Amino acid sequence: MSAGEPALGRPMVLAEGVRKSFGRVEVLRGIDMQVMPREVVVIIGPSGSGKSTFLRCINHLEKINAGRLWVDGELVGYRQRGGKLHELKENEVARKRSEIGMVFQSFNLFPHMTAIENVMVGPVQVKGESKAEARGRAQGLLDRVGLGDRGDAHPAQLSGGQQQRVAIARALAMQPKLMLFDEPTSALDPELVGEVLDAMRGLAAEGMTMIVVTHEIGFAREVGDALVFMDGGVIVEAGNPREIIANPQHERTKQFLSKVL
Amino acid sequence: MLYLLVALIHGLATNPNFQWGLIGHNLFDGFVLKGAVRTLMLTFLSMLVGVALGTILAIMRMSPVPIVSGAAWVYIWFFRGTPVYVQLLFWGSIAALTGQHVAVQIPLTGIVLFHTSPTQLVPLLLAAVLGLGLNEGAYMAEIVRAGILSVGEGQVEAASSLGMRRLQTLRLIVLPQAMRVIIPPTGNETIGMLKTTSLVSAALAYDELLQSVTLVYQVTYQIIPWLLIASIWYLVMTSVLTLGQFYLERHFARGATRSLPPTPLQRLRALFVRNLTMFHARQATESPTRTRREWP
Ligand SMILES: Nc1ncnc2c1ncn2[C@@H]1O[C@H](COP(=O)(O)OP(=O)(O)OP(=O)(O)O)[C@@H](O)[C@H]1O
Ligand SMILES: [Mg+2]
Repeated sequence: MSAGEPALGRPMVLAEGVRKSFGRVEVLRGIDMQVMPREVVVIIGPSGSGKSTFLRCINHLEKINAGRLWVDGELVGYRQRGGKLHELKENEVARKRSEIGMVFQSFNLFPHMTAIENVMVGPVQVKGESKAEARGRAQGLLDRVGLGDRGDAHPAQLSGGQQQRVAIARALAMQPKLMLFDEPTSALDPELVGEVLDAMRGLAAEGMTMIVVTHEIGFAREVGDALVFMDGGVIVEAGNPREIIANPQHERTKQFLSKVL
Repeated sequence: MLYLLVALIHGLATNPNFQWGLIGHNLFDGFVLKGAVRTLMLTFLSMLVGVALGTILAIMRMSPVPIVSGAAWVYIWFFRGTPVYVQLLFWGSIAALTGQHVAVQIPLTGIVLFHTSPTQLVPLLLAAVLGLGLNEGAYMAEIVRAGILSVGEGQVEAASSLGMRRLQTLRLIVLPQAMRVIIPPTGNETIGMLKTTSLVSAALAYDELLQSVTLVYQVTYQIIPWLLIASIWYLVMTSVLTLGQFYLERHFARGATRSLPPTPLQRLRALFVRNLTMFHARQATESPTRTRREWP
């Protein structure tokens, strides 16, 4: 799937004491996490616990204030040279982001482009692929998410579930080594959730490394290699999803799970 | 009421002061047409400068670098804060200055960098386009900025997460969507510009439409008919621009709405068809329009 196959012994994502504040409010208060290649890590937690913020730190949409964050062995947003940290330039940050796919709660498809143009625009504009080549691959990706015949539709003409599947295809078109999902099904009508989860399940089965913020406990239990419960900017509990769901150790985890189950 | 209106129109039509015959006779005069074309050209070029400059200024204003955004702010502050007529007079006097002998030398060396001969007519058109365009840029900057701000942050994030850079995101993702917000006020600006070009006649004596007719009535004293001739052409040109604006807006509405608004032609056809079907419906009065559903 990914261009350079990552070394299996090295974590795809490694976070050590990651902190992030907005003004005086500290939203992440020391996050430690390790995601190995081919793993699916599911993050759950109440609203405002910092789940989105942590995902956004991983592809440097937000800058962290303290701690260390590596993706595939490289510091996010900085270069270490002789014990000193140098901030990366815009195009270096952009290049690293292009290796990480992100899927948003609100889809964020480009409304002025058709579905297939949405999937093509990254490879053509960022990677410099030829239009013909990008179109061929985009068609293949749309086929894969079950939308091969809707390539010419504009996002406004697609259902929420279809839009989110196009968004997944758009992220995959960059051949990422890591996929971040921020509540990909929360904006969907209940009957459309399944089709998006199916696409994600397929991706996990192919060995994509994924971090998924979701309230779909069934997905976490079935697909997740690890489950992380966050609250108030810290990780309260992490481990085997089936064990945590069946037998949460912390009171807050219990309370939260009783609400979403 | 209706009588008053008819009387007014009759009065207008028969009033000898208006000299409708003269208007009809001279409406398509060569120099009138030439003036109208120059007005259009002036409008087009000034808007071109204004839109390009406005886009650059809007992007500069949103730059994270304080010097860049500050410079744009000062520009907009200055050009919006002074009357365009004064700016035109200013450019006119510079044009007049350079109409005389001007040479730019590098001090102490005697090398002439730039030289104009007294006979060389500094193009009034350039002065007019500069005056109107630089002023317009300040207004367009605000319009473009409002358009950029209207595009949701999620769009920028999605583009960034694909690895697009800031300017790439602006060009490919943000500006095309901002067009929906930018086009309507830009259409208004264009129509406003078409009329503002008439200031050029007084400030620079460049013979666009108004100046062309002014030159005539200054000799013949037939002021009202010649001003009416100019007005008719202004009306024709603004009408054409309004139509163009409609089609542009329709073009950029793609993707934002599921169905596009009908064109004036389609609207006419729909009106015609609807009347026809109403006519047919009226003939078939027997058929019930609605049946009630029966529940067991
Ligand atoms: N750009 C920002 N500026 C200021 N505060 C922010 C910003 N982004 C997030 N926050 C705050 O940070 C806290 C954590 O937000 P975050 O979006 O990470 O939570 P979340 O766990 O994803 O919640 P949800 O389940 O509602 O999406 C919230 O209190 C939010 O108000
Ligand atoms: Mg969130």
